[in-house]
This record gives sequence, C-alpha cells and structure tokens, in this order.
Amino acid sequence: MIAKRIIPCLDVKDGTVVKGTNFVSLRELGDPVAMAAAYSKSGADEIVFLDISATHEGRATMMDIVRQTALHVFVPFTVGGGVRTIEDMKTMLQAGADKVAVNSAAVVDPELITKGAEKFGSQCIVVAIDAKRFDDGWHVVTHGGRKDTGIDAIEWAKEAEARGAGEILLTSMDADGVKTGYDLPLTKAIVEEVRIPVIASGGCGSPEHITEVFQETDVSAALAASIFHDNTFSIEEVKQSCQQEGVRIREA
Amino acid sequence: MIAIVDYGVGNVASVANACKQLGYETILTDKKEEFEQATHIILPGVGSFRAAMEEINKRDLRELLLDLAARKPFIGICVGMQLLFEKGFEHGETEGLGLIPGTVDKIETKHLLPHIGWNALEVSESFPTYTEQNGKHVYFVHSYQANTPNEYIVASTEYGTQIPAIVQNGNICGIQFHPEKSEKVGQLLLQSVFESSQKAYSKEESI
Repeated sequence: MIAKRIIPCLDVKDGTVVKGTNFVSLRELGDPVAMAAAYSKSGADEIVFLDISATHEGRATMMDIVRQTALHVFVPFTVGGGVRTIEDMKTMLQAGADKVAVNSAAVVDPELITKGAEKFGSQCIVVAIDAKRFDDGWHVVTHGGRKDTGIDAIEWAKEAEARGAGEILLTSMDADGVKTGYDLPLTKAIVEEVRIPVIASGGCGSPEHITEVFQETDVSAALAASIFHDNTFSIEEVKQSCQQEGVRIREA
Repeated sequence: MIAIVDYGVGNVASVANACKQLGYETILTDKKEEFEQATHIILPGVGSFRAAMEEINKRDLRELLLDLAARKPFIGICVGMQLLFEKGFEHGETEGLGLIPGTVDKIETKHLLPHIGWNALEVSESFPTYTEQNGKHVYFVHSYQANTPNEYIVASTEYGTQIPAIVQNGNICGIQFHPEKSEKVGQLLLQSVFESSQKAYSKEESI
C-alpha cells in the first residue's frame, strides 16, 4: 500500500531559503539546492519550493535553482509561488520541476488549472489553497492571509479537482507558524470532499503533529518547514515516530 | 553509451541525469546511426499512451524501434513502459509496440487516482536478482497500468489491485515507476534493469 509522504517545504526569497512566522518577519537560512539535496538524502519523500521573491531577478534565480535541483535531487519536487501563467508553468517544468503549484493566480483565473492540466497533465498541477476560518466556514484567502476572497474553501477544492488538479496543497492560515499542530477539522473537511491527494500544511511543530494528522485524517502527505530547518527534528525522527504509531511510511 | 529516444515527450533531463549518476553516457536521439552506437535504448514517456504512440508514428520511428528491440537491450520507462505492450486504452484504443504480451488499461481500484507517491515493490520469485529490492518503496505517478501474464512481471505493487512495476521479456524491460525520482533504490533498480536486459540479450546472441 502507498506510503504517507513527509514533505519539507523551502520558502525561497531571491535565491535564499527563508521561513516566516505567519508569513511575516522572514529569517534567512541557506542555500536551497544544498538543503533540498540534504533532505532528499535523509529520507524526504518530496520537496516543495515556495518562491516568495517579489522581483523579476528573484524569479530568474528561482529558475536556476530548479535547474540545479533537478541535477542533485532524486525525489520529486514542486515549485510554487510566482506561478501565474501557462508560460510560468512551462518554464519551471522545463527547468526540471516535477510539479507546479498555483495559488492566487488560479483564484483569479480558474482556467489556469484547466489549461495547465490539459497541457502538462494533471499529475503536474498542484492547486495550493490558503484557507482561514470564518463564521460561515473556511474561506480562501490570498496575499499571505490578508485578503479574504469570500470563496468557500471546500467548494474551491472541489472545483480545482473538477478542473483537473492532480493534488491539493492545503494550508491553514490559522495554524500556520503557530506550531500547535495541523488544522484537523479543515483538513478532514477537504479530504472528505475530494478524490485527489491532499497535502496538509501549516502548524507543524513536532513529529507528533505529523503522526496525528495521518491518524486523524485521510490526508496523503504532510508538509512542514520550521521543524526541519531549525534542526529541531530530522526527517528520520519524524519517520520513526510515524512507524511507532503504525503510520505507513517509506523507509529510506 | 545509452541512447534515449527523442520523440518530443518533454523533459528527459532527469532520466539522463540518473544514467549519468550510474556512470553511463547518454545521448538523446532519433537517428539510426546514433542508436547503433548505443549499448542500451531507453524509451521515455510522459502524457497519454495515445499521444506518445502518435508521436512515434508521426516521426516514422516505429519500425526502427522494433528493429532495435530485436537486437539491443531495450528499456521503457513510465509511459514508455506502457508502449511496450500490444494495446493501450487511454483516450481510445491504440496499438502499442507489441514487444510484451498484454494491454494497458485504467487502474481499477477503490483508492485515489492518479496513483501518486511511494509504493512498495513485491518482487516475483522467478527473478532472484531483484530479491534485495523486495519491500522497497519507489515513486509512482500514473492512472493506467499494464495487464500482462505473470511470467513477464518482475515486480508489482499493491494499490487495491496488483500493478506491474517492472516487467521483462528477454532483453525488453519496462519500468512503470520513476527510477530517476526514487532516490538510491531507483538508481539500484535502474542499474539492475540495465544489467538484466543486457544479460538476456547476450544469452540470446550466444544461442
């Protein structure tokens, strides 16, 4: 049976890995290619790069990082952030990315999902959804959580699937950076409504949070950043903890 | 040197890179004289069975590939593996290369499709050289699978149904998963496939 995936996420700004708490106060960490290769060797099942560069130069640097990663990393990797057009998707996939993640650009123009899936195949297209709790349920938010689109997150996930998304990368903006565990109600709600793999993101502060999200929901993968970058825990420790709890993972 | 068949199917850089890591030179080509120089032929593939086969036919590569497959170790990866079979049913019935008996059909499972992620290999007892890789995880991304007699299945994986992961018919080998994305295990398996397809070929030659 298929293994649950553990995915470290690297936020990259102008060629350097950074990670923010609640998407503010960025702190520099290091070389993205070296970090991705180290994660790949130590048992990461996949790598996600989120490009948070605001400038044109920053994006050009990202393409170079993708090219280098393809030469040094032997697990699948996804690039998100700054993917706004079919042309952006093509650039990153040709540079060697296995998948691209689209977020706010797909909210503005959902056809981007449809066209991307038709052109490159569903397996390449990840739809990233940033969701935040409101009185009437979860809304899709953009701009690092500052802008409420008013769109229902569950409905949006279903639409993304219908348009050909291969996976959903679901980030809880309520849990992100807080390190008190994944947003289980949100994750459960989305997983139950779609028939494509969902990656849970936001809130991971310990290996127990990862085993918890796998035990409490049918999510396919768990994404985490700070617990790995800060060397608080290693991928091996997370996988050990999963195995002890009976969560099926890949032994590296 | 390993020749990777160039028929316009997107990014083959990572397959070439994986071969390079194992110490093999690669060339991306669609030219007979370059194939002749190669020790192994790799048929890569992404997209649908039908689209890939159409590209091969459009470029008049079919006869050349069949000729090479009769004479050299010949390895299909992902959709390239699927093309080795007689027929595919993705976007309608399409004739494949017919190098291994069987068809390629949509995966019938209660689990999510596409079958994306790391799944464990179950190695057949008939292929002892692969025994060490039994239980190891490799990375799959696909919605269609080969249906072929057991004698051709080197290893399979369980996903609510048995899915052939590595197939072999003499010097013809197919790999359904992505060895180039399966870390160390993927590289070891790629190496094993290079060797066993070569061995089968040498055996046939000496008969």
